[in-house]
Amino acid sequence: MKCQDLLKLLNDYVDGTVDPAVCAEFEKHMAGCNPCQVVVDNIRGAITLYKNGQPYELPLPFRERLHATLRECWKQPPPAQD
Amino acid sequence: MRMNAEAGAASDSDLVRLARAGDFGAFEQLVERHERAVYSLARRMLQSEQDAEDITQQTFISALQHLRDFREEGAFGGWLMRIATHAALKVLRRRRIAPMTSLEAATEPEEGYEGISRPEYIADWSQSPEALAQRHETRRLIEEALANLDEKHRLVFVLRDVEGLSVRETAEALGLSEANVKVRLLRARLQLREQLTRAFGDPTRRIARDPNHSHD
Repeated sequence: MKCQDLLKLLNDYVDGTVDPAVCAEFEKHMAGCNPCQVVVDNIRGAITLYKNGQPYELPLPFRERLHATLRECWKQPPPAQD
Repeated sequence: MRMNAEAGAASDSDLVRLARAGDFGAFEQLVERHERAVYSLARRMLQSEQDAEDITQQTFISALQHLRDFREEGAFGGWLMRIATHAALKVLRRRRIAPMTSLEAATEPEEGYEGISRPEYIADWSQSPEALAQRHETRRLIEEALANLDEKHRLVFVLRDVEGLSVRETAEALGLSEANVKVRLLRARLQLREQLTRAFGDPTRRIARDPNHSHD
């Protein structure tokens, strides 16, 4: 298995959906190839960073408007079922 | 009654029950809990503050009006995110009605694995993702990196890796084949890796890849 072959399998490996036999090959390659190992680590790190974040605060004026709108909607009768 | 770790805090299901019984305060607590996640998802998908505000408002109005349709066995947060995702996709489709970009997703040729650029900047990160996440600067950097992706790659990444949809669900949501989702996801992950490693990589631990290196 070459570094280039790993690229195609990278998603399945990171997601844990790779075939066990292929997975063993993949890991054998990584054991002897530090760059590939670091690339896999980096990708896992990147996914973790995005997964854990709720990066944006609601702009305050919008937040106030949103809550006021919802309070108004709450008072209205529910729409007829489709 | 199930309680959250936070002492005395009602669970989402408790609040949903109270809201269904007519308690607006309970509904508002649900909004406060989830508004940031909904708004962030919309910002990431649409890259527009105005559109993200519209989607956030639509999502909570829709949740308010359809509270009785919410099935309690699922997570309330997940239900909201699905409403927001569909609303955001509608906005994206509307944007594509403009000439030149019509039905881009449907008519664009499938992407293959050819020409996927190999990782260039390879280095261990100077800190763990958990430690990096504590830094304010990180938030700006990762959102910038995400904004730098092509929309088609960004959407697949946000739905699959951030929202946790399966490959099949992502394909259905975007009207793509599963094979195409996989290729786009790979490109997105590799591009984000490249950008983030340039920002977070420890330069003293940078690894030069031998161009002729291969293991058979």
